[in-house]
Amino acid sequence: MISEEQVRHVANLARLGLTDDEIEKMGGQLDAILDSIEKIQELDLSGVPPTANPLDLSNVLRPDEPRPEFSQEQALSPAPERVDDLFAVPRID
Amino acid sequence: MPDSLLDLTAYELAKEIEAGEVSAREAAEVANTRVDEVEDGVNAFVTPTPELALERAEAVDAKDGDRALWEGVPLAVKDVLSTRGVRTTCGSRILENFEPLYDASALLNFGEDLIMVGKANCDEFAMGSSTENSAWGPSRNPWDLDRVPGGSSGGSAAAVAAGESWWALGTDTGGSVRQPAALCGIVGLKPTYGRVSRHGLIAFASSLDVVGPMTRDVRDAALLLQAIAGHDPRDSTSANVEVPDYLANLEDGLEGLRIGVVPELMGEGIEPGVREVVEGVARELESAGAEVGEASLPHSGYGLPAYYIIAPAEVSSNLARFDGVRYGLRVPEDGVHEMYRTTREEGFGDEAKRRIMLGTYALSSGYYDAYYAQAQKVRTRIIQDFRTAFARYDVLLSPTAPSAAFRIGEKVDDPLAMYANDICAVPANLAGIPAISVPGGLSGGLPVGVQLMGDHFTEPMLLRAARATEQVADFPFQMKP
Repeated sequence: MISEEQVRHVANLARLGLTDDEIEKMGGQLDAILDSIEKIQELDLSGVPPTANPLDLSNVLRPDEPRPEFSQEQALSPAPERVDDLFAVPRID
Repeated sequence: MPDSLLDLTAYELAKEIEAGEVSAREAAEVANTRVDEVEDGVNAFVTPTPELALERAEAVDAKDGDRALWEGVPLAVKDVLSTRGVRTTCGSRILENFEPLYDASALLNFGEDLIMVGKANCDEFAMGSSTENSAWGPSRNPWDLDRVPGGSSGGSAAAVAAGESWWALGTDTGGSVRQPAALCGIVGLKPTYGRVSRHGLIAFASSLDVVGPMTRDVRDAALLLQAIAGHDPRDSTSANVEVPDYLANLEDGLEGLRIGVVPELMGEGIEPGVREVVEGVARELESAGAEVGEASLPHSGYGLPAYYIIAPAEVSSNLARFDGVRYGLRVPEDGVHEMYRTTREEGFGDEAKRRIMLGTYALSSGYYDAYYAQAQKVRTRIIQDFRTAFARYDVLLSPTAPSAAFRIGEKVDDPLAMYANDICAVPANLAGIPAISVPGGLSGGLPVGVQLMGDHFTEPMLLRAARATEQVADFPFQMKP
């Protein structure tokens, strides 16, 4: 069983605000989902390598060369709030 | 000029436009009119773009000659694919007013003047199997407006089934192209992972996501794949593998094809009406000349639980970027952490929150090995199962989804019942192999999809098998309502 405290802890890790009602409902739903997922624990997979990429690609590199990209003005244009040429954020607490 | 452009497949329309019999502008007008007629009931689009379609169609007509076959045919684009200057919401309030600065790479072969009918509705960030998780309300199945079109690319499927667009792009992370295609009676192709660039596709689960065609028939799917496939230096997971001619061997038929029916995907949880359609198609394929046998995937029962660890884990990471700073919604608060929390609380819907929580939990300290690492090992086993099966068979056959279209509201409060829709679809995503859903027949008056799966990069053979399958199933496209 996942406790209310655990649900609050995970919500905090995810920077996700949840109401008390949502916390309670979420706890029950996560329990049910985690129960169904437990099935994979019955497999003995020691020695089996994990798959992160189904094509087995790894460490794809490109030359580190400058190229034209968006201007600062363009990159800032979707920002909800800006100050001069910067993204603006509230006080960092 | 044909009686109605709506009777044509995308390929046939493309040929008419190429021959100068029809203009792209005429096609766009027909699509816009059809959207006006049916959209109140179907709700396939978050953002219809009729004016843009007309303007760009005129630009394509003006190009005259120097253009690819597909360029004149209007397209619906799932709202998780970035479109330059056109609002891209991902079905989420958190991106309600977001206008991307560039087009997704998958669209670039349509040129600057992609004739877009509109941005198609979907479950929030492509998480869901019904479009009921869209912040903008569900799309409706053109076959029965009280039922879901499937999801997450449900708007794309509904748009094609309703004739609002000749074809559409969807995305498939755990069946999100194939399942809605099945439920709406159209063709849906999930290409090999990496075959189509993910650059500009707003990420859900990066090790699974792929862009795919949703079309009236298999030839249209081949043509649309031709338009979107290819290597992209902007996506380091895209495959640097030559793009073959997907139309070249399409009509080669069944001779010499070995087809394996997957028993694990035909049993428990599959509606009898769905099973009967798939068994019927298997018999037809055999009598038409294919070799049909049984192909076991022993670990397929572990696919769904592995998927529901890997996908939420990757979501919890990918959706961290929505923090109210660089784009999207911001809810003002005094401190930065309160701003993050409140912005995400108000911006995300229930399913997005559920998956973020599940993924964060699975990745949190002390649980990583038991969940994410174990699921990645299950993934290896599933790949090995497929390798064994493809040593014996060219393609594998199963249902696409366990049921036909269900009623709106029926499963919305039961996440596990909703997740079970993906049971036949997720093995292909976990293995990164291509898979296609072809309309196979009816169950209770509603369309049923038959799924064919092939090995990595064998789309030419898969499409050939699918072309033959749609011919033996003899259940051609019907425009609804």
